[in-house]
Order: sequence, then C-alpha cells, then structure tokens
Amino acid sequence: MIPAPFEYIAAESPEHALQLLAEHGDDAKVLAGGHSLLPMMKLRLAMPELLIDIGRLAALAGVIADGDELVIGATTRHADLAASELVRTDAPLLAYAAAQVGDPQIRHRGTLGGSLSHADPAADLPMALVALGGSMQLQGQDSTRLVSADDFFQGYFETALQPDELLTAVRVPRRPGVPWGYQKFVRRSNDWAIVGAAAVADRIALASMGPTPMRAQAAEEALAAGASPAEAAALAAEGTSPGEDMHADREYRQHLARVLTRRALEHQAA
Amino acid sequence: MTRIELTVNGEKRSDDVEPRLLLVHYVREILGLRAANVGCDTTSCGACTVLLDGQSVKSCTVLAVQADGQEVVTAEGLALDGELHPVQAAFRREHGLQCGFCTPGMVMATVGLLAENPHPTEEQVRAGLEGNLCRCTGYHNIIRAVLAAAETQAQAGPADEEVSA
Repeated sequence: MIPAPFEYIAAESPEHALQLLAEHGDDAKVLAGGHSLLPMMKLRLAMPELLIDIGRLAALAGVIADGDELVIGATTRHADLAASELVRTDAPLLAYAAAQVGDPQIRHRGTLGGSLSHADPAADLPMALVALGGSMQLQGQDSTRLVSADDFFQGYFETALQPDELLTAVRVPRRPGVPWGYQKFVRRSNDWAIVGAAAVADRIALASMGPTPMRAQAAEEALAAGASPAEAAALAAEGTSPGEDMHADREYRQHLARVLTRRALEHQAA
Repeated sequence: MTRIELTVNGEKRSDDVEPRLLLVHYVREILGLRAANVGCDTTSCGACTVLLDGQSVKSCTVLAVQADGQEVVTAEGLALDGELHPVQAAFRREHGLQCGFCTPGMVMATVGLLAENPHPTEEQVRAGLEGNLCRCTGYHNIIRAVLAAAETQAQAGPADEEVSA
C-alpha cells in the first residue's frame, strides 16, 4: 500500500513548523513517528498535501521536572517514556502505559504527542493522560494554551488541537508513591484495548467505552463517598454507551468496564 | 523528489526519492536489498524489521525521508567477512525457521533486542519478539535460537558485542 503523493518538509524548529502550519492549515499534517498517520495514509484514509516532519526536533523530546509537574516533549518516543526514571518514579502509570503500546518496534518510533493527537479512544496513552489528570500544551504562532486531558479529547479521533496549533508538550502531576492500576483487555498481544481501565488514586479513566477516553464518574463519586473498590467498580459503566463491533457488543463492553475497573482499583500498586 | 543521505549497511548513500517512498521499498527496490520482506504491510507482522540508528523498526511504516541522516542496517549487513552474525548462526543452529519468510525480521528484531538487553530471560525474549509473527514454527525454536545467541554473545565478550550491536 502506497500513500497518495504529498510534499515533505523537515521542520527546522517548532517555530518553523508553526509557520508552515499557518501557511497550509488543514492541507498539512504534522509527522513525528508516523505510527498513526502513515497507516492512515497508506489506506488513503488521510491524504494530506504536505507533511511537516517534527520527528527529529530535539527541542520537542525528553522529560523534565517543573515544580510539581513533569513536562514531557511531544516527540518523546514510547520506549523512552517507558524507560525514563523520572516518569517511572513520578508518574508510574504513564511509564507502564507507554510499555503497553503495540510492540517494541512500534515503541521505538511512535511518539506521545502523536498518539494523543490521533486520539484513538481504544489507545493506551490517551486513557493514561485522562487517569493522570494531565494537560496538553498547544502552541500557536502567537500564544500557547494548556488544555486538560478531560477537555482535549472531544470526539472519535477528534481533539481540541486547531489546524494552526502544534502539540509541543504534555504536563502530568508528579505523584510518586500514589497507588495506581492499569488494565487492558485484548485478544492478541499487541492489540488495542477492547476495553481498558486505568486508575490513579481515586481517578478512573476508561478506554474504548465511547468516542473518547472518559472518566468513570459514578464510580469516582462512590469512592469519594466511601464505597469499597468493588462497590465503586459496579458503577463503572454508568452513563456509558460504548460502540459495538466484531470484538464486543455494548453489554459485554460494559461488563468488562466493571470488571477491569475493580481490578484496576484492587490491584493499585504504589 | 527529496534528497536523502544515509548509511545503509555501512555504506554511505545519497538518493533522490519521492517523499511517499517507504523505507522498505527504498531498501528493496532502489538498493536491491531483498532481505526485509513486505508481509502484512500494516505494522503487525514484523517481516520488514530493520535497524534504524540501532533500534528495530518496521520499515513498512517509516518513510525513506524519515531515515535521512541516519544509519540503516538490514539482514544483509550483519555477516562480517563471510562469517554469520551470532544471531544468524544461532537461528541456523537451533533451526529457528521453517519457510524463512519471517526470518530476516526475526533476526533483526533479535539483534535489536540483544543490544538493549544482552541477557534476556525466556519471558523477555517472548515479549521482545511480540512484534514479529511466524506462521510456521510455533516460536519454540526461535526462542531457543535467541537465548543461544545471547549466550554466544556473552561468551564472545564485550568487544564482540559492540560489533554485533
């Protein structure tokens, strides 16, 4: 499978990428690792006229601590995220989630920013960011804004990112020692979640239970009111209306959400 | 056309390529290196695995232009002076293949895995090769070959490991 023809420019800096985005808008797509975008282009589900390659911009990769948050560059690759001592200590769920994406080859190429802007509701990292209560740093030519993970994911493969904005970094709270749990139900080892559940303390996120990764709000409220993990997990599917496909119907997904939420809450590791 | 300059199996290359050219088609069609196979063409099977700056990647999901300035190693680049690379030798000795289609990808994924983790457990080998599918062997001899290769490399010492990584 061969992508439709396109122009290619390797951006020299984030500013250069922003300038190109301002000029080309919707006709351009940002390329980093390419592990969400290139498969779409090969299937011709995406046919951008221009690819702006930010994959080799050192300024956009890496992890630093900034006060009570970690700041993670958008082009940080999954393998580097999983291996980062800083992330493993201060946001262990994120390091764990990064190690669950695809397989080793995919983790060598795919980037955090790429996975988040692709916004597949079944993917690992969007669910992790919602569970962590992280935020996305969206840079425009004149200003930068922070959007919480809860607001960033707006629909099926849809985010708050505007055509002239670049996701440059991701911020997550530093919470060393806080219990967390991560559950992903798959039939094959490197697949997307049929349903996923991730919990950091009393915050719970679900994957593949709707058009976006979402909070299990009723379960969170029950926990806050003193319910046990099992009692709270029984409410995990409240208000959800997951899609149906060859892997699972609606009822089965809701069942999985309850089971996986219970496991995520009961198996919270510190 | 976009000019790319890269190193493939130790040789400097400079080529004008269409931006949409995939790395696997670049090595197979432009350079005539046919070890990397196009299997599933959807980032699943790993038959197209090559090393990009020392890390295993699926070359059906990398553009040739993304490899500009980097170092690519295919299975053809492993043997030194007619001597099989320890991973190749181990696959042969342990019969880690049947039809052979997945083998170049398995071998490259293994070279990448052992560079990151020279002494993997069996479980780590299985997890490390989860991105490579084999429809013939049932994997047992492949796992055996990887563990044997790790042992050979450990015995050969760090100097040899550097060459093979």
